Amino acid sequence: MSIDLEVRTVSKRFGRFTAVHDVSLQVPKGSFFSILGPSGCGKTTLMRMIAGFEQPSAGDILINGASVLATPPNRRPVNMVFQHLALFPMMTVAGNVGYGLRRRGLPREDIARKVDAVLARVGLATAGPKRIDQLSGGQKQRVAIARCMVLEPTVLLLDEPLGALDLKLREHMKVELKQLQHQFGTTFVYITHDQSEALVMSDQVAVMNGGRFEQVGTPQDLYYRPSSAFVAGFVGDSQRWMATVTAADAGRLRVRTDSGLTIAATAAEGASIAVGARVEIFVRPEAIVLEPGGSPARSAEDGVNQFDGSVDSLLFNGAASRTLVTVAAAAAPGQRDTLAVALPAGLPTGGLAPGEAVRLRFPADRAIAFAAPSGAAPSGAAPSSAASETAS
Amino acid sequence: MSAPASIPVDPRRDGRRLALLLVATPFVLWILLIVVIPHVDLLLISLHEKVAPRVFKTGIRNYVEFFGEPVYVQALVRTVAMSLLATALTLVIAFPVAYYIAKLARGRARTALFMACLLPFWVSELVRVFGWMMILRETGLLSNLLIWAGITAGPVEFLYNDVVVMIGLVYTSLLFMVVPLISALDSLDDSLIEAGYDLGGNAVSILREVVVPHAMPGIVAGSIVVFMLTLGNYLTPTLLGGKSSQWFTAQIYTQFITRFNWEVGSAFGFVLLATSSLIVWIGLRLTGQSLSSTLGR
Repeated sequence: MSIDLEVRTVSKRFGRFTAVHDVSLQVPKGSFFSILGPSGCGKTTLMRMIAGFEQPSAGDILINGASVLATPPNRRPVNMVFQHLALFPMMTVAGNVGYGLRRRGLPREDIARKVDAVLARVGLATAGPKRIDQLSGGQKQRVAIARCMVLEPTVLLLDEPLGALDLKLREHMKVELKQLQHQFGTTFVYITHDQSEALVMSDQVAVMNGGRFEQVGTPQDLYYRPSSAFVAGFVGDSQRWMATVTAADAGRLRVRTDSGLTIAATAAEGASIAVGARVEIFVRPEAIVLEPGGSPARSAEDGVNQFDGSVDSLLFNGAASRTLVTVAAAAAPGQRDTLAVALPAGLPTGGLAPGEAVRLRFPADRAIAFAAPSGAAPSGAAPSSAASETAS
Repeated sequence: MSAPASIPVDPRRDGRRLALLLVATPFVLWILLIVVIPHVDLLLISLHEKVAPRVFKTGIRNYVEFFGEPVYVQALVRTVAMSLLATALTLVIAFPVAYYIAKLARGRARTALFMACLLPFWVSELVRVFGWMMILRETGLLSNLLIWAGITAGPVEFLYNDVVVMIGLVYTSLLFMVVPLISALDSLDDSLIEAGYDLGGNAVSILREVVVPHAMPGIVAGSIVVFMLTLGNYLTPTLLGGKSSQWFTAQIYTQFITRFNWEVGSAFGFVLLATSSLIVWIGLRLTGQSLSSTLGR
């Protein structure tokens, strides 16, 4: 598979501040590549370097196998959909879409034909003579994409283009963007701080933090096999504990959380964790199975965690409904933990009521342990962090 | 309303009315006493025909006199042409300055540059024009500098020609162009310029298709103000251009003060007012702007 865009060990320093640190990536032709990270992680700087608005301090950027560092932005085979779209308000829709073609000096009839064709492809066939301020948010989005796609770029860069839209439209545009990418077959590089956008749309996602790539992989890789505590925490929701290792046997760990629970966990791939080490434990809400409290206790088989608790509250949100379950630690009376558990889709919410006794089970290989950064304050029982991430 | 006889009095509404009255009064008085009444009076005077000493009849002979005398018409045409040229030059000089201040300068440099534009306007126009005269007159700084440098043998007179009038007018008008341009360019999103480059534009095409259309209200507003100020300027053309400036305001001055012919002077004043209104209207039509979209912002 040919590589459309390659970034080789690129760094960018502003004075003494390093915004992008030794980043490398390869984007195969026709794929949807996302760069996911919190604001200020350097993802916008990286994208501006690919577009040509910033020069890297070190490293190289190749498009179609040729370095573009000496190419100014108006000659790179790369176009960008800006964060606030940057449509020209002084032109009509057709004027916006035809801008790049006019710059290339195409004959007027060719421009009109291509503009009509691309507008039809994004479903705005009759919008050509409209003014930009007559369009809705989603239509503006499509005009911004059409304005770039009409130039047939090798790579289309998208800088958080959904950020300004309301939630409902954002959900809709996620699907639409993915469809447009399929339809045009162009390589998309998409930057976002919204993990769900990245997971839904991408073939490959790079998680960026503090100017470095934490992990590059498929959405499934990031979700099920995160390679760092940052990725595990940033991608998807997680139940998170700070804990100390009490027993370790070839990656199979037994840990004691700061809140007093004893959990069987699995060390993350490539991590070597010794007894006594401080670790962070991540469990996905849907990995936890909820059973009625009265059911006969199964034999505590090895590798399955089992806790008795009671329902604290029900957070109904359709398919993404959660139950908060309070678990009392047997070893530390008075300490309690609140876990967010995904409600199984089949289970009617009416089956549970606050105060009801339930039993939680999750396998050890779904509880992933990462070495805690040294000096980090023990976060103790931190169910609130999981809850707040759901809200964002 | 069951009882239409008793109209409820809303004290808040009365208060608001009083406030509006207080705010509007100075403005209304100013417009009435200084603008409307004198103009009406001048209009009436301009329609007086002198038939004998202290005997007048109503008619348009004063206006006929203006159009019948080529010297007057030439002075007006010349003044209008010079003012248009001065406006265009001011725009060309002010645009890069405003662009630099609005888009490229940051923080303290921006404030300092803006102050540098503003500073000359803290002294009166008269003092500024005398400053130019000290530099440019025959025994002035520039002349002496050229003699000292051995470039010219004797003193050179730089004053009293069209070029120096133009320099003075542009210098006097610069701030009134820079300020509306800065405010217009300030509101231009940088990403629009970047998008222009990203889509294959160069500096010239982005200036033509993105920056200038966006700044158009500011350009038109600045041009109107500068044109009006220049057309109605008396000090600068008279002091720097001397007798040769042939500025139309000097003709009006001559009619009123030298000849004590208020009737013709008033008619000249109204010809000037009509001319400037007509040219501003044509300018707005040509640029597709309206008064409210430019000066009303």
